[in-house]
Amino acid sequence: MKVYIKFDFNTVCNKILEEKLAESQIKHRNLGFGEVEFLEKVSQEKLRFFRNSLQSYGIEIVENQKAILIQKIKDAVVDLVFNEDIAINVKTSVYLAEKLELSYGHLSNLFSEVTYTSIENFIILQKIERAKQLILSNQLSLTEIAFQLNYSSVAHLSSQFKNTTGITPSAFQRIIKKRKENTSKN
Amino acid sequence: MQHDYILITLADDDEDDRLFFTDAFDELKVNTVVNTFKNGLELMDFLNHSETVLPNIIFLDLNMPILNGIECLKEIKKNDKFKDIAIAIYSTSSSEQDIENTFVLGANIYIKKPSDFNELKKILADVVIINWQYHTNGLNKDNFLLRL
Repeated sequence: MKVYIKFDFNTVCNKILEEKLAESQIKHRNLGFGEVEFLEKVSQEKLRFFRNSLQSYGIEIVENQKAILIQKIKDAVVDLVFNEDIAINVKTSVYLAEKLELSYGHLSNLFSEVTYTSIENFIILQKIERAKQLILSNQLSLTEIAFQLNYSSVAHLSSQFKNTTGITPSAFQRIIKKRKENTSKN
Repeated sequence: MQHDYILITLADDDEDDRLFFTDAFDELKVNTVVNTFKNGLELMDFLNHSETVLPNIIFLDLNMPILNGIECLKEIKKNDKFKDIAIAIYSTSSSEQDIENTFVLGANIYIKKPSDFNELKKILADVVIINWQYHTNGLNKDNFLLRL
């Protein structure tokens, strides 16, 4: 004997979604059209459980977790580099792992996969960017800038500056100064 | 990268160099569309055309007939319409004075043309990635100087 079955995909999916959300003990509101609003802060564990439980149904969360996480990593790095108040001697890897509640290895792999560059390189880029700002503000000596950005010495800052930009801090300062003179002349 | 394509433009009168350049980009894992021109005048005509989608990065050879790299650089920098485009000088010259002069005139990147293909690939990948960082992370473009 054969029978024909007619599905209503929407009902099926929403039923599964409701069941799994209840199983994961997540307070939520189903907004329809595949959008669910969480009404509480959901821990990484709960979220992972929820995501895994949907997997076998071919349902996945598409809020582009990756892009959101990458942005969080970047924000945390920028915060660390540009905000003098954050404890100077904390290791960046520890800081990021604690702040984002994920292992540094995971963060680091994800970052490299999406951005084609490493977290380490991104940190250096941001530190050099901060150094440029400080150099141009003319308020601190290079020694003071090195100290503020947590370099062990001026030589270390200078060589990282040169490695990253291809030019020395003093050449950078000179070029930008000449550029400004040029534009004010025209 | 999340964006679909990075638009690249090169002006160089040497046919081999143009080929070398496009081949290198073809082999990178970053998606790029590369346009090349034989001299500065062709480049400027392209840029000034109203229907042109402006590139993300322009690579300029310094020694070109009709309109050379420095003249292009000056013209591009004069026009506000082009202010979001990164300018890379792509030259055989390694004279310190040439380098500093192009930076002062507003170039962001100075590349000494390498003779080795793999080295070129690495350099171009670096340029594209760092430029993208500047673009997506709100870094100050006025302070973007890179010498490779």
